[in-house]
Amino acid sequence: MIIPDLDRTHPPIPASWHIEPVQQVSRYSLDNGIPVYYINAGFQNLVKVELIFPNLRFGKDFPLVGPAANRLMSDGTSKHNSRELAEAIDYYGAFLETEEGPDYCSLQLYTLTKHLNETLPYLREILTDPVYPENELDVYRQNHKQKLIIENNKVGSLCRRKFANMIFGNDHPYGFFVYPEDYDRLERGGLVSHHREKYTSGHCTIVVSGRISAEALRNLNAQLGGTDWTRSNGVTETNDTMHPSPGKKQFVPVDGAIQSAIRIGKIVFNRSHPDYPAMTILNTVLGGYFGSRLMSNLREDKGYTYGVGSAVASLRQAGYFFISTEVDAGSTLNALHEIYLEIDRLRNEEIQEPEVKMVKNYLLGTFLKGNDGAFHLAERFKSIHFSGLDYDYYDRYIHKLTTVTAGELKEMAIRYLEPSTLCEMVVGSK
Amino acid sequence: MITYSTHLLTNNLKLIIHQDKSTPLATVNILYKVGARDENPEHTGFAHLFEHLMFGGSVNIPDYDGPLQLAGGDNNAFTNNDITNYYLTLPTGNLSTAFWLESDRMTGLSFSEKSLDVQRNVVIEEFKQRYLNQPYGDVWLLLRPLAYKVHPYRWATIGKEIEHIEKTTLDDVKNFYYKFYNPDNAIMVVAGNVVEEEVKDLAEQWFGSIQRSTPPRTGYPPEPDQHEFRECTVERDVPFDAVYRAYHTCSRLDREYHAVDLLTDILSRGKSARLYNELVLKQKLFTNIHAYTTGDFDKGLIVVDGKLVKGVKMADAENAIDEELQKIIRVPVQTDELKKVKNKIESTTEFSEVDLSERALNLAVAEYMGDVELVNTEIKKYQAVTAGEIMEQASKIFKKGNCSVLHYLSKTTSN
Repeated sequence: MIIPDLDRTHPPIPASWHIEPVQQVSRYSLDNGIPVYYINAGFQNLVKVELIFPNLRFGKDFPLVGPAANRLMSDGTSKHNSRELAEAIDYYGAFLETEEGPDYCSLQLYTLTKHLNETLPYLREILTDPVYPENELDVYRQNHKQKLIIENNKVGSLCRRKFANMIFGNDHPYGFFVYPEDYDRLERGGLVSHHREKYTSGHCTIVVSGRISAEALRNLNAQLGGTDWTRSNGVTETNDTMHPSPGKKQFVPVDGAIQSAIRIGKIVFNRSHPDYPAMTILNTVLGGYFGSRLMSNLREDKGYTYGVGSAVASLRQAGYFFISTEVDAGSTLNALHEIYLEIDRLRNEEIQEPEVKMVKNYLLGTFLKGNDGAFHLAERFKSIHFSGLDYDYYDRYIHKLTTVTAGELKEMAIRYLEPSTLCEMVVGSK
Repeated sequence: MITYSTHLLTNNLKLIIHQDKSTPLATVNILYKVGARDENPEHTGFAHLFEHLMFGGSVNIPDYDGPLQLAGGDNNAFTNNDITNYYLTLPTGNLSTAFWLESDRMTGLSFSEKSLDVQRNVVIEEFKQRYLNQPYGDVWLLLRPLAYKVHPYRWATIGKEIEHIEKTTLDDVKNFYYKFYNPDNAIMVVAGNVVEEEVKDLAEQWFGSIQRSTPPRTGYPPEPDQHEFRECTVERDVPFDAVYRAYHTCSRLDREYHAVDLLTDILSRGKSARLYNELVLKQKLFTNIHAYTTGDFDKGLIVVDGKLVKGVKMADAENAIDEELQKIIRVPVQTDELKKVKNKIESTTEFSEVDLSERALNLAVAEYMGDVELVNTEIKKYQAVTAGEIMEQASKIFKKGNCSVLHYLSKTTSN
């Protein structure tokens, strides 16, 4: 069948689409006061329970205690050893994962909804009664040390860590540079006291997403709502000292590297700042999507790299902007030149209307995807909640997205992307 | 349970429609039945390079990504040994844009020298970034030709060597396109908040006029059974020794595949699995160790790989692996352990259906495997596997003569 008047040279007019308000979490409290935020959505009979704890004040002598205490929690309790715990969780087809972030650590249980009642008791046991066995700690120390040594052989990985160190300094948890030997200082006693201070009901926030029944919520209270669980609070409201080095440049040579890793950026602000939405739009133009200027230039026009991107990362104490890529070693200087050229263009020329429109539409589509399904909606909630924001942040974001002008974006670039304030880290050869 | 309907266009393009009214999105997934196994041995890495060129403009549309982004969509693609798969997701209201874009690049490419020049470089940088400039990055470049002597699985999807990518000409690109990128060699899945009749009309309207067909395939040279132990040792600038073993096993289309998959799950899936508990936690010989099946469409491999703890002798580490493999050959798997890995399959299947584009891919792959209904019935095949079948597979597979081993040694250790 041939339809003679089918126009293949022009796009069918893109429909304007409707952005529904983000489905919000519901809230209730367990008997011991732990706030539970839940999203009941999705067709699959799955549920994710996430227990989130803010990191304690940064202690320079023990930079690795926090992540180790979180990771090793499931490696043995006074009732079960690590294998028995893993057997129990695996038997129900469930997954227990841990996440160690710069601001928070969490335990995440993913399970078929029908097995939530059987798996929750293990989650409680792991959370409240870990013993941190010496053997598991030995293995952790040795394996993470080896893993870090391997990571240090990757230009991309080394560049990421050295760049963070450069912009935040060594006195800050975001910037602290970990050496393999640091793992040797991990001791059981430190983990036990860290756990006692951090994993209290007073610090805990619970986020539940997926298919959840009223019965499941009652069961959550029965398992985790007990008042026997200590409430005492350690110090978590921290503002650690930053020693940023604006405008610093460093080159770390690596013998025989056939690619160089590049990071360029600086501390800006996090999601709670009024300029954050506009800054993320500007970032998208520069390096935030496949059609971005950096991708078009460095990859699609010059073929220097497999990929290049940029982002504005929002953390609790700060936000930072960065460009990241790995390029052919022989093209390192050219790539740097083109990156700064693209930054200059944003500061000197207004972005033309078609490009602004493309970025707006792309971000609207991305926003829709981020609202699709229970697990995404839980992430939506966490993004605002842990930045001290409410759902009206998304109204402001969408408003900015639909109304932002080229002049405003240029203003952002002039204000925040002054080249002399950017830090540059290159690891490889040039 | 995934619901769907299937249709065949007059040009033999297979269409599968999956409706999900809960999402504001639609996904279009097009699987082309072509992968690295279809390449000329003297010109490997080509199927993957070609995937990059599919974004370099088509006959009526100079730029693929721009209009898609303007419609709020994004996309990606991947190539493996067996297939090349393209997928995009966009707001449902803009679905016709997806049909316009995908049908145009099935109609014809712009075949530009500039696009070829640039993508050659991009792929070479990808080769370096992922395979050469990474510790242990070249493992598969070494292990494949050790395990396979005849079948095209003997080279990696990225290609045997950078020179193969460098020498690509525009004529190669054209020939490959007209040979494989035809409606009868593709499976299209449209999923999301869509209406079946509308999708059928759109498909016929945009794709119906593409009238090429694919020449008959001659099949792939089968890999002869391996009967002799193969060993290869390399020294590299890496901090720790590692071992990679490859054993020949069945294809994912074979009846015994589910037993083989569960066999590797028992060895290595999750923190309760045998290899981790015995060799990492208890004996402290490895910092990590895995066992998995490659799940290829032709006969594949079971790979057992691990990184050694510094100071551990390779022979001791290997003996410990052998002991674990012997155990699973000799001692029947207990009911609870078998139930455990089956339960895990049930939940991972459920988790793999959360994401719309993953559901679309699952449907396309099942169709290529011979029956789209496999998306719903594979789980039953796993449930039916017995402890005896797992033992039988273990004793068939874990024989020395069926093994190719790569010793990947640290230069600093061996000096």
